[in-house]
Amino acid sequence: MFTSPARPLALILCLSASLLTLSLQARAADGEAIIQKGGANPAAMPCMSCHGADGKGMAAGGFPRLAGLPEAYIAKQLADFKAGRRQNPLMQPISQALDDAEVAAVAKAYAALPRVQVKAGTLERPREGSGAWLALRGAWDRNIPECTLCHGPSGVGVGDAFPPLAGQSAEYIEAQLRAWRASPAGPAGRKGKALAAVPPTRRNDPNGLMQHIAADLSEAEIKAVSAYFAGLGETTEPFDASQHRLR
Amino acid sequence: MKTTLRRLTAALLPLMAAHAMAADSTRLDDQTQLPKAPARPSGKAYFQPPAEADIPNNAYGDLVRRGQDLFMNTRALAPEYVGNEMNCVNCHIDRGRKANSAPLWAAYTMYPAFRKKNNKVNTFVERMQGCFQFSMNGKAPAADSEVLAALTAYAYWMSSGVPIGKVQPGRGFDEPPPPKGGYDIARGQRVYEKQCAICHGDDGAGRKVGATTVFPPLWGKDSYNWGAGMHRINTAAGFIQHNMPLGRGETLSDQEAWDVAAYINAHERPQDPRLVNGDIDETRKRYHADDGVNLYGVVVGGQKLGQGVK
Repeated sequence: MFTSPARPLALILCLSASLLTLSLQARAADGEAIIQKGGANPAAMPCMSCHGADGKGMAAGGFPRLAGLPEAYIAKQLADFKAGRRQNPLMQPISQALDDAEVAAVAKAYAALPRVQVKAGTLERPREGSGAWLALRGAWDRNIPECTLCHGPSGVGVGDAFPPLAGQSAEYIEAQLRAWRASPAGPAGRKGKALAAVPPTRRNDPNGLMQHIAADLSEAEIKAVSAYFAGLGETTEPFDASQHRLR
Repeated sequence: MKTTLRRLTAALLPLMAAHAMAADSTRLDDQTQLPKAPARPSGKAYFQPPAEADIPNNAYGDLVRRGQDLFMNTRALAPEYVGNEMNCVNCHIDRGRKANSAPLWAAYTMYPAFRKKNNKVNTFVERMQGCFQFSMNGKAPAADSEVLAALTAYAYWMSSGVPIGKVQPGRGFDEPPPPKGGYDIARGQRVYEKQCAICHGDDGAGRKVGATTVFPPLWGKDSYNWGAGMHRINTAAGFIQHNMPLGRGETLSDQEAWDVAAYINAHERPQDPRLVNGDIDETRKRYHADDGVNLYGVVVGGQKLGQGVK
């Protein structure tokens, strides 16, 4: 039998080693675990409960896709939720319950998932006034650039600052455009009291690039352009980096 | 008598040589500055080009559409003529339709035009060839090429209704006047970092998605060369002030526009294809000294600009 006097020492070493591992894990934070089980603070609910098991979001609730989004973009959004530059009744408490290491880990884990790919199409000839028109031509009479000018061909996203629009639901895109747009004050009419102006609930766009665009879009245009990007779908074909995407 | 003749010959020779040189390089020498366009009368809109949906569905319309496709996807569709990562639409915003972004409708009807600098009458096709050689750092398509036929058709169609030979408000880039205290490159860098770097990058190289350039490079080997009109600080200041940041034009002051234009144009870019005898100073003297405000051949931060990059 094992009656070596070294045994208690081995046990102690073994225990302290696993304790050390545990504390290291806590410090490094496991992004996958937070996505599936939530953060150390129970208020930080598992991300997948709203953003889906595959990280592709849930259209019905307007929960966005996070899979394959740039790490820096996700980290910035969580920081902005925390600071109130991006307001959302669900995400603000969750972001506040995540510590910096957890934010970094979650951002990294989602960025590592496959990013959205859209099948390269032929040249599109959009109809003026359609969602495709706004996406591919813009409305320069109101200084609104075509969305793809910054968000890239088919809206697949460019760099850390311009997230993919493809792969997101119409519900989510619409909600973001409205969050940037805010609503102006309405005068009192026969039917009701005057409406107070609602300030934008999202003001975290770099250099205010989105704010004026959203403010100058009509409700119908917001719906149309959101439906356009939601309708682009996703392909599993690998992205051919040698081919030009035409606009 | 003999001495006088010798003196006269000595005085005339360089002139004659210069004239011969100018005649040889006429094609390369057409990025001269435009005269200032008239201001838009208050309360009056800029010219409105026809709608895309009004391009007729016939052979002519097909050529116009082909022109628009080339205009937007120049690098992808005419790679043999484009030596960098630029597309026509990078400097001519909204497919060449936007006022103060050198719209095609304000250019097409102004050619053929006599241009003092190369001492000859330039056609619209020659003007576009200049774009390919300088702004696209490439090779000019032949005058009778399919590419220039399509681009001409597109410009012609867009100019429907513009009186021939009448300068339109919104032509060119409507440059802001030079700031009283001059421009400042270091201050321009701060404007760049705050307003431009998010798209064009700290290194000015722009951004791509796969092979496709989304944000064009502003300096370096993939940008416009030292002979392009945009290398002039005054010209770039006009473009920037009216059109940048995208969708937020008219937000930079004259001073900021000049400063940031100077910062951008104080970086190396491909050599001026008109390079004279491999000599920057000579090239400056002949082509840059009287060409607006530019830094070609000027020493900035201990480095003489105009070395070119490949």
